Parts: sequence; C-alpha cells; structure tokens
Amino acid sequence: MGQAGQVGRRGTKDVAFQVGTGAFALVLVLIVAAIGVELTRQSLPSIQKFGFAFWRTQTWDPVAGDFGALPFIWGTLYSSVLALLIAAPIALGIAVFIAELCPAALRQPLVFLTELLAAIPSIVYGLWGIFVLVPAVRAVETSMPDSLRALPLFSGPPLGLGMLSAALILAVMIVPFTSSVSREVLKSVPAAQREGAYALGATRFEAIRAALYYARTGIVGAVMLGFGRALGETMAVTMVIGNNPRISTSLFAPQYTMAAVVANEFTEAADNLYLSALVEIGLVLFVVTLIVNSLSRLLIWTMSAAAAPAAEPAAARSEASAA
Amino acid sequence: MRSSITRSILAAAVVALCANVSADVQINGAGATFPYPIYSKWFAEYNKLHADVKINYQSIGSGGGIRQVQNQTVFFGATDGPMTPDQLQSSPSKILHFPTVLGAVVPVYNIPNLKTELKFSGPLLADIFLGKITKWNDPAIAKLNAGVSLPANDITVVHRAEASGTSYIWVDFLSKTSEEFKKKVGVNTQVNWPTGVGGRGNEGVSALVTQTPGSLGYVELIYALQNKISYGTVQNMDGEFVKASVESVTSAAAAAVKQMPADFRVSITNAPGKGVYPVSSFTWLLLYENPKDKAMSKAMVDFVKWALTDGQKYCADLGYAPLPPEVVKLELAALARVKTT
Repeated sequence: MGQAGQVGRRGTKDVAFQVGTGAFALVLVLIVAAIGVELTRQSLPSIQKFGFAFWRTQTWDPVAGDFGALPFIWGTLYSSVLALLIAAPIALGIAVFIAELCPAALRQPLVFLTELLAAIPSIVYGLWGIFVLVPAVRAVETSMPDSLRALPLFSGPPLGLGMLSAALILAVMIVPFTSSVSREVLKSVPAAQREGAYALGATRFEAIRAALYYARTGIVGAVMLGFGRALGETMAVTMVIGNNPRISTSLFAPQYTMAAVVANEFTEAADNLYLSALVEIGLVLFVVTLIVNSLSRLLIWTMSAAAAPAAEPAAARSEASAA
Repeated sequence: MRSSITRSILAAAVVALCANVSADVQINGAGATFPYPIYSKWFAEYNKLHADVKINYQSIGSGGGIRQVQNQTVFFGATDGPMTPDQLQSSPSKILHFPTVLGAVVPVYNIPNLKTELKFSGPLLADIFLGKITKWNDPAIAKLNAGVSLPANDITVVHRAEASGTSYIWVDFLSKTSEEFKKKVGVNTQVNWPTGVGGRGNEGVSALVTQTPGSLGYVELIYALQNKISYGTVQNMDGEFVKASVESVTSAAAAAVKQMPADFRVSITNAPGKGVYPVSSFTWLLLYENPKDKAMSKAMVDFVKWALTDGQKYCADLGYAPLPPEVVKLELAALARVKTT
C-alpha cells in the first residue's frame, strides 16, 4: 500500500517535472517563432514593395528608397566561409593538442587562454582590427607581387580594409568556440578507443586519428557553431570590412555584411520603407542562419546515419588498423 | 552596442537613485548623438541650478529621435537633420524645431610630406565623392592649389559607414554645389555612395584617413580639433576659402538669419556672406507644441531658455559653435508657442 502510494507520488512528480521542463523547451520554440513573425510583420512594407527581388537586387539607395539585399548576403556568407576555412584547422589543432598531447601542467593555462579569447567584447576586437590588423594587412597587400595582384582574388587597391581583414578577425573570434567544443568532444571519446588503438599497435598519430574519426559528428557541430557565430558577428566586422555594398570576389575589396548594415543604419532610419527594408535584412539573416543550421544538422545526421550500421567502435578500430 | 546598453543601464540606475531622493519633474528625451556631449553638460549644469528638474537624454541617433517623438514615447527629441514635411504631417501632434548649437564638417586628408594646407570647393569635392576625380594631381585640384606639388596617387575616398548627421551635412553641401551630385546621390543621413570605403564613426573615418596615404574623408570639426587632424579650407559662396572654426561656423548661422523661416527648419550649408564656413549646420531640439503634461512643459521651456542664453557659454570648450544672438532672439520669441498652461 505504502509502496504503491510512493510510486504514485513519484509518478505525479515525474509528470510535473516533465511538463515543467517541457514548457521551458516550448518557450524556446515560441521565442524563435515570435522573432520570425515579428520580423516578417515589421518588414511587410518592404516585402510588399520589392517582393522576392529584395533577395537578388544589388542597389541600396536610402535616398531613392530602392533596396536590395544581395551584396549583404554575399558579404556575410563570403566572410563567414573564409573565416571558417582559416579558423577550423587552427581550432582543431588547438583542441587536439590540449586534449591529447599537451603536458598536464600546460593544459589549464591553455584552456584558460583560449576561453579568454571568447570573453573579449567584439568592439575591442574591432579597435584592435582597425589599429593593428588593418595596417598589417595593408602592408601585406602592398608588398604582394603584381603577378598575384592580377588575379581576381587580389584585385583592387590595397586598402587594408576589406574582406581579408574581416575574415581574419572573424577567424580569431570563432577559434575559441570551435576549439573548446572540439576539445570537449575529444575528451568524451572513451578511453577504450585509444587503448584499443594502442593495443593494435597504432602510433600516437594513428590513435589520435581514430579518436578524431570517432568524434567527427561532434567536431562538425563545433565547426558549425563557429560558423553560426561568424554569420551574426557585427561590431568587429563593420569596423574592418569597409562597408561598401558591392559584390566582389576580391579579398582586397571593401564589402558589407547583413548584421553590419542593420547596426549601422537602424538608429538613423526615420523613413518607414527604409526602416522596414532594414528589418527585412534582419529577416533574411534569420532565414539564412536557419538554412545554414539546418544544413549542418542534416550533415551531422547523414554522417551518424552512415556510421550507424557498422558499430562505431568497430569502424574506428578498422580505420586505425588499416592505417 | 554593448556600451550603449551599459549607458542606458547606468542612466536607468541614476534615474532610479534620483527618483528616490525627490519626486520632481523628470523629463525624458532621445535623439541625435552629435550634440550629446553638450546636452549632457547642459542637463548636469541645469540640475545644479534647479535641483527639482531632471532631464534624461538617450543618444540613440537622429532617426530614432524623430521616431520616438512621433510615437510620443519621449517628451522631447533631437535631430541633426530637420524633419521632412512628410514626417511632420504623419505626426499625431504638432512638433516644433529649436536650433540649439552649431556644428561643422571638415575635409580631412592624408598626403605624406605635404606642408601646405589644401583648398577645396564644393564642385571639386562632389566630383571626388562621385568618383569622377580619382588622382591627387588632377587638373581640377591643381587649379585651386596653384604651386602645391601634388602626388600622382589614387584618391581613397573615406565616408561614414553608418547613417549619421555628419554625412547629412556633408552631402547636403555637395548637393547644393553640384547638380550632378544632387541627381545621382541626393541628401539623407545615409546615401548610396558611388565610391570609397566606409569607416564607422568619426573615429573610424579619422583612423582610416591617418593610416591610408592618399585618402580623403570628412569628420566633425570638434573631432578634427580635439585630435589635431589636419583639414583643408572650403570655398564659400562668396568665393573665399575659409577654414572651419567656431567663429566662421557661427557666422554661417548669422548670415542665414535673414532667410530664417518661422519654424527654424533651415539648412545653412553654402550660406552667403563674408567669412562664412559653408559646411555648417544647426542641430535641433524637437518639442511638442501642446504637450499633455503642462508642468513638465513649463520646466522644459525654462530649460531651453537657459540653454539658449546662459548655456551657450559651454559651447566653445566642447568644440561647438554657439548660436548668433539674432537667432537666439528669434527662438526666445518662438518658445512662447509651446503651451505651458
């Protein structure tokens, strides 16, 4: 009897707990939905005026009231992809070193330092960018031989300010995120994995490779986390990217991002259409971020689905022994 | 972003503290960032004289100031560009403009080893900012600067990245002196720049100009003075090349008195007259003609009267040009339109 009562009580508590935490999770979904709805509502004048053309036209003229988002979409994606390409190998290197190779005495200071990078406000990165990074980039650009400067990737005057500086500063900013998460993922690889690899006669490099393979979905997640942060970064980017809404493949060209144009123009936009075009830029950024995150989810799912039929440890072991 | 949040939290904390001490007149305003230093000085000084009046000002930008006033979420607004007829029309309550101080915008440049001060004219600056003149040794620049050896370098045009009152004054002047600039670019706090790179804030533009040889940009006079950045003279309507200074900016306003419209919504760029610096502008307070809270209105009008008279002495220290006495006289008369009873 008493036992049954206890079970009943525990049952109610469990249900209450489940409903309670479920409500919190629901709040999260509602917030995201509310953001989407509100952004759409506020950008209605712009959506009605420009329709889908907003996504593919390149003019941004507040005087004439003619707005298109393409240069900003391009600048956001280009700078973030470049930052990802620079940051991912570095972050992964840091993570592997700290998780696998680092002497114990060095580990805590290194972890602290990488996490300190994440704590620096982006305006400080921006100021460092404009006073230190941009002149350095300009010096590199000026000293580049003419044969290279003829390439479309390096065309245009060497201003220092532009896509290259923006990608570099973004890379510095996302390294701590990607490396911290990758490190945690690597740490969670079961010790049996490494021991198994060593037992099979694997070298240290091969054992680490096996661990990386085991942790690959988590690492892709870590990289995408950094990418997501790069997409939304505002202040540091606007201070070094040159803020020019023109599409270019050149790393030297000043360009613009979605987050930067909203931050730069929102406070002074008094005209309704202008304001709603800026809100629509926010909506576009929201949608682009959503698409990127969904794609990365999809990538992780397909990766784990591909690994599922063969048991993971077995796959890693065969990989290690094959190498 | 972060700093503005901190600032508003601090402001809120200060307000909360003050509210505890005494329940007096508490006035909230928002708007332009350009006059923020002098406004906060005024509010602090005025509070020393009238401990019962507390004015809280958020420098959220001119556009934000206009929107807040239209939505009646603040008691007064502030803007660097006057409200357009459309904006006034769509406001639920009648809004009045009152110029408070003057600012000016100066062309700053970086040409290594150049000792002489460069001379500019409106049409020349317009052509450079249109991307039509791209080299420092262009005949059009050489013509105004006879005897100066100009390099064959490219001109790197630097403009403000974010929408700002400074840009408004600059393009307003260029549009008045160049028909082509007016047609292709036009006047607004943010425009579709045909050429150049954007620096964020006065500090961003001046950092770019000081770092980039061959660059030409524009910053507020206060900024150039405080940071000792070299800037050129600009030709005024009378043909003189005038260097911006507190005096030459005030005289631009004095020259405009004759054409002053009753609502003070006037652009004084390219004003006629001797010794006038042509890239000058008022900055305005926006008040409701008939606010609901009359006690607050009385306190606000008293404050504006003080700011226009005794308050003007704080201008020079902060690098603003004071209003000429003629304009102050017109404004004191116009203040009677604001209902306080």
